[in-house]
Amino acid sequence: MKLFRIRGGVHPDDRKQLSAEHPIENLPLPPLLHIPLQQHIGAQATPVVTRGQLVRKGELLARSQGIISAPVHAPTSGRIMGIGGYPAHHASGLSVRTLTLKPDGHDEWHDSCVGAAAPFSLSPEEISTRVADAGIVGMGGAGFPSSVKLNLRHRYALHTLVINGAECEPYLTCDDRLMQERPDDVRDGVMLMARALGVRRVLFAIENNKPAALAAMRESAKAQADLQIVGLPTRYPMGSANHLVQTLVGKETPARGLTADIGVVVHNAATAAAVNDAIRHGRPLISRIVTVTGRAIRRPRNLHVLIGTPMDYLVEYCGGFLEEPVRLISGGPMMGQPLPSTRVPVVKGSNGLLALSASEVNDGAEMPCIRCGICVRVCPCGLVPLSMVATIRAGRLESSVRLGLLDCIGCGSCAYACPSHIPLVQHFNYAKGELAAQQRAQHKQGEIKRLIEARTARMEAIKRAKQEAMRRRKAEMDGKKAENADRRAETAEASR
Amino acid sequence: MIERPLYSGPYAHERVSVRRTMLLVVFALLPATLFGLYQYGWPAIFLFVVTLLAAIVAESVSLWVMGKPQRPFLLDGSALLTGWLLAITLPPWAPWWIGVVGAFVAIVIGKQVFGGIGQNLFNPAMVARSALLVSFPLEMTTFPAPQPLLSAQAPDMAQGLAITLGDTTQVDAVTSATTFGHVKTELTRGAGMDEALAGTYSLWEHLLGTSSGSLGEASVLLLLLGGVLLLYTRVISWHIPVSMLGSLALLATIFHLINPSLYLDPLFHLMAGSVILGAFFIATDLVTSPVSVRGQLIFGAGCGVLVFVIRTFAGYPEGVAFAILLMNASTPLIDHYFRPRVYGRDRRGRPLNHGDGEDRRP
Ligand code: SF4
Ligand code: SF4
Repeated sequence: MKLFRIRGGVHPDDRKQLSAEHPIENLPLPPLLHIPLQQHIGAQATPVVTRGQLVRKGELLARSQGIISAPVHAPTSGRIMGIGGYPAHHASGLSVRTLTLKPDGHDEWHDSCVGAAAPFSLSPEEISTRVADAGIVGMGGAGFPSSVKLNLRHRYALHTLVINGAECEPYLTCDDRLMQERPDDVRDGVMLMARALGVRRVLFAIENNKPAALAAMRESAKAQADLQIVGLPTRYPMGSANHLVQTLVGKETPARGLTADIGVVVHNAATAAAVNDAIRHGRPLISRIVTVTGRAIRRPRNLHVLIGTPMDYLVEYCGGFLEEPVRLISGGPMMGQPLPSTRVPVVKGSNGLLALSASEVNDGAEMPCIRCGICVRVCPCGLVPLSMVATIRAGRLESSVRLGLLDCIGCGSCAYACPSHIPLVQHFNYAKGELAAQQRAQHKQGEIKRLIEARTARMEAIKRAKQEAMRRRKAEMDGKKAENADRRAETAEASR
Repeated sequence: MIERPLYSGPYAHERVSVRRTMLLVVFALLPATLFGLYQYGWPAIFLFVVTLLAAIVAESVSLWVMGKPQRPFLLDGSALLTGWLLAITLPPWAPWWIGVVGAFVAIVIGKQVFGGIGQNLFNPAMVARSALLVSFPLEMTTFPAPQPLLSAQAPDMAQGLAITLGDTTQVDAVTSATTFGHVKTELTRGAGMDEALAGTYSLWEHLLGTSSGSLGEASVLLLLLGGVLLLYTRVISWHIPVSMLGSLALLATIFHLINPSLYLDPLFHLMAGSVILGAFFIATDLVTSPVSVRGQLIFGAGCGVLVFVIRTFAGYPEGVAFAILLMNASTPLIDHYFRPRVYGRDRRGRPLNHGDGEDRRP
């Protein structure tokens, strides 16, 4: 198949060999599970269980709230110990509402978990409803509710489903293992999604550095005429949805738009497997595969983990730390998030736990920009990172937006390659956050203004109404007075 | 539990640093420099060492005055590179103070006054070279013929030291015009091109580096070798050298075809003088050249055109330094107007529209 070139990109040392050869292992049940109500982009789920309640595996714990949201299910059977704040799976370490479940060890499935007898005869609506009910979100890390993406067919003319099996982040091997070990499940999930989207063409893209996964998927795809497995050149960020689509179909997604604007929907390979589980077996998304790796980990592994398992339980299973890690990251080293601590739980989007040793991070001292232009050369979005940083440093956020700040996908290629070790992405993230805050403030101000205006208008109306009433009363009184006067005059006359 | 300050990714980093970049450039210059030092013997070696030391001292003093830390900036290799570039563009037997004055001008006026590394508008070595040329035209245009080290006529160490300390008697004895200087003088005397070229023009001499000139003009072959190394290690990209040499060759060809007896042929333009050095090592100076591909192409082409114009129509025999300085001045403008196209947008920054809603459902 003809592939199209994308601009820029880098070739980081992928270090996948640390964990690539280790088959997926099931992590034993942890003593406690902490299941956050928000593991996705969108509105937090609303709990439907109470403290002390016994739940079965797969039972609904919290239902989705609004259009963009996802429900949460019990990863195993046990008792709900409480609902409250717990450190979030997020750099800020802020706490989010979290259900705590104490497994009873029986791991019994709930009765609601029944698969469809004939998955491929379900209608597109039925498929996307089941995907929504199973709480499936994008498992590549973004966590966007998958059913919302499946429903894009209502608003866009779609022609292609792209499955992202690129796994271009260094270190991560969870999708690689999944595709090698469960190719048929992945394939069926893909074909179910294709059916839900009503597209005939499915391109399944895998980077060429995963020959075993490519071979397994090719073998499995033989039975499917519509499914084409495509080997991709190894280059970061090949797995960025926009760039992946451009590589495959040769079109750029319009700025601020969706890949659906050019008729393409992208789903992740692990998401496909989850869709298959949900529809064929009736199992909601309650577990996932996590790569635990980095040179600071004694035994890097690919683990099958229940959602809500604390990270330190994974670390312990992998033999603990060889040395104190200098960085602890959820996800890959390029776009992952620093973890505030190992207490935080695994969520639906956690694809990796990285414990990096000092030898791996190459933390050079920051130097002034030498205008080498390397950041420009490697940016896959055609941006000029050095100018964006200069404007951000000068506090001119609007200029940085004009230079394309909001077109930056945060891939980190620029900061990765900068010889001056300037934390470019950190500046961009700061500016994006600042802009969002300003927008919120503006929105809030607008809201306050609207409220004040509404109140003034209401007051005015009341005042006017009062005046009106007064006038009317006065008029009436005057009328009465006049009447009375007349009457008095009449009586006087009569008495005369 | 491990607590770390909040920090954005990426957490992996390519094994690169400012120092590595600078040292790679120095390394790429090494073959041509060593050969040049061999060609011009002890006086050249002394001048070279004095210039490098002066550059480092100047850097250190500037850092001290500005209250910046010494270690990271002295070790970044940029002062070394600036001194090096300056040293190899000086006449090899120039007196020591030319090197010292040049180095201080380069570092202090060319770089630190602008705010230090990365902030300067002009290439520091070229600023210094041009200042020296204007201030000390005699010293800056006195070129000895090559006297390879250990050859019979070559000055020994003591004589070399004397030359560097300012004894001109020996220099005058072996002075020889550079190719460009010679041609220019002859042409202004009204001689035809053939006559002007007689006896000076040997491509081989330039390729191998046995013609007279500064160290950096010496061997085109060795400079090209260094250039290839820079391209290979991706310190520079091909855009500036190719567009610079290309535009120069194109213009030279056109003029040469129109009137061969008045205009030099393109090969001569490429081989003689410091064009190769300029194209691979000076115009490509990271700090003072544009950052985008289109910008670099325009910048390089501008350098090539200016080199030709200065060499052909202006009073100076050699125009590389001035050409590059002039283009340096336009770098901010080029960077402003020639940015890459942003993904998902057209050249004017509007979001792409593929066939106007063709793909969308009504
Ligand atoms: S890569 Fe770094 S040093 Fe080079 S131009 Fe970009 S920000 Fe400056
Ligand atoms: S992080 Fe943004 S600016 Fe940097 S390379 Fe990626 S898209 Fe370009």
